[in-house]
Amino acid sequence: MATLERAPAKAAGPRPRGDGPRRPFWTARRRETLAGYLFIAPQLLGSVLFVLIPLGLVFWYSFHEWNVLAGSFHGVGADNYRALADDPKLPGVLRATAFFSVGLVVLNLSLALALAVLLNQKLRGSIVFRTLFFSPVVVSLVAWTIVWGFLLQKNGGINAGLDLVGVEGPNWLRGETSSMISVIVVQVFKNVGLNMVLFLAALQGVPRELYEAATVDGAGRWRQFVRITVPLISPTILLTSIITVVGSLQVFAQIAVLTQGGPGNSTTVLVYYLYQQAFEFHHFGYGATLSVLLFLIVLVLTVVQWQMRKKWVFHES
Amino acid sequence: MSHKLPRRARLVLYGVLLVLLVPFVFPTWWMVTSSLKPASEIFAFPPSLWPDDPGFGAYERVFDLQPFAQQYWNSMYIAVVVTIGTLAVSSMAGYAFARIRFRGQNALFLVVLTGLLIPSEVTIVPLFQMFNDWGMTDTHWPLVLVPVLGAPSVLATFIMRQFFIALPGELEEAARMDGLGRFAIYWRIALPLARPALAAVGIFTFLHSWNLYLEPIVYLSTPEKFTLPQALTQFTDSYGGPMWDVQLAAASLTALPVLAVFVFAQRQFVEGLAHTGLK
Repeated sequence: MATLERAPAKAAGPRPRGDGPRRPFWTARRRETLAGYLFIAPQLLGSVLFVLIPLGLVFWYSFHEWNVLAGSFHGVGADNYRALADDPKLPGVLRATAFFSVGLVVLNLSLALALAVLLNQKLRGSIVFRTLFFSPVVVSLVAWTIVWGFLLQKNGGINAGLDLVGVEGPNWLRGETSSMISVIVVQVFKNVGLNMVLFLAALQGVPRELYEAATVDGAGRWRQFVRITVPLISPTILLTSIITVVGSLQVFAQIAVLTQGGPGNSTTVLVYYLYQQAFEFHHFGYGATLSVLLFLIVLVLTVVQWQMRKKWVFHES
Repeated sequence: MSHKLPRRARLVLYGVLLVLLVPFVFPTWWMVTSSLKPASEIFAFPPSLWPDDPGFGAYERVFDLQPFAQQYWNSMYIAVVVTIGTLAVSSMAGYAFARIRFRGQNALFLVVLTGLLIPSEVTIVPLFQMFNDWGMTDTHWPLVLVPVLGAPSVLATFIMRQFFIALPGELEEAARMDGLGRFAIYWRIALPLARPALAAVGIFTFLHSWNLYLEPIVYLSTPEKFTLPQALTQFTDSYGGPMWDVQLAAASLTALPVLAVFVFAQRQFVEGLAHTGLK
């Protein structure tokens, strides 16, 4: 438009709006905009159709009583939320979810960091070790879980091994605490390699001179780790902890294969409970209410961790 | 931290690493060796690290009891289609958000990013209902459309954007002087440079699809349409207990090909992941 105005208006010709070459509609700027929209169109439409609309529907459904089998669907106000508050199973479900998430995040991050530090030493064959520690990541999740289920049987490989050294192992998947610990451990070994690799990359970015200077100043290895390593890789710690926390809330296959939420409800985490309510008992309205709860938990945890970044993270690249 | 270690420390370190390896490597070994054992030996005490009389009986039953070859094909083609689709969608969107200036860019990027905050489990109930309305339950459509266009591809778009942002602008300028349009610049200049990021995104998209469990059991009901993770858990006896030898054989068939690819391409797997802006 700007060029049009600048063009001097002369005597009326066949085109009254100016006699220069007519400015094409497809200016470079417009072309860019069109290209931008076309490039993002699939992702944007997908986000609207498969993320935002379903998210809205989850809230909408949560105010309805909806039994798929009976074919009934009607508004019930906040009844589902009252039912949620009164659900005698919910405290146990939330406890199990918290137990699993905290256990997984703590074990996963500390083991990942420990492995990364060990593999960051100058050591022949460290690539072979790295490959082997990483290998469970590429083993199909359900296959991995099935083998561990097999190993954790009362007469399975783990107890047989313990028996050889004179220890009688418990029936891992039948005890309330041992079953949860088993699920956590299975999941830690499955995916700790991912975080290990991210930590390893971060460790390799720490300038070596810092350690040399600290050694000269007489700082021991542990002190160097706490004062130099941890602060310098804190952005990676933040990233991995966000990924791991959100991932821990999504655990489903391991529970479904190993324990089906049992014994009792000791391993019924929120996603598993949601699945049961919606797809086993066909309470879609209540399932949607549990989805809202899950969404809020993820949202709050992510925001909290993102806020902690300001306080904890040493620097951001 | 990485100065050369004295011999003693080195030996200790090797010892520690070897012990730590056991829970990472032994399960896979146990899966394969146990699948070769006859059912009578599978829980034998003391446990044998190698079967006395290895046989493939369990493997034959895998294919007898279920349309396992069909299920293998299902998982394979779904994962390949999802991977190619995700690479196309996420590299285009990531490229546009990084390199093209257009109105509403930041707002639209935020709209897309909400997908990162919403685990697919949250939306499974309405998604099921949508696909049910469209007559797509018990088909593979939900397993393809949602990962390629929905929340799972958002992380891929984010990674691609981070990669394209770091590309130097001069190459594109030169290409533009030569009269290349946007799509040509993306296709001929940007994409070839993005090969490491594409490899990492592709690998993890494939694994994500290959591992999917909740979605198949929600959407699919016909054994011929099952995917592998779902099929593995179906090898049960008449009491509902697992048929261990058959399950382990099927699990080995599922895990070993991907493991083999991984061993050959471990550099791309591991280093690709570490250097794609996920740091």
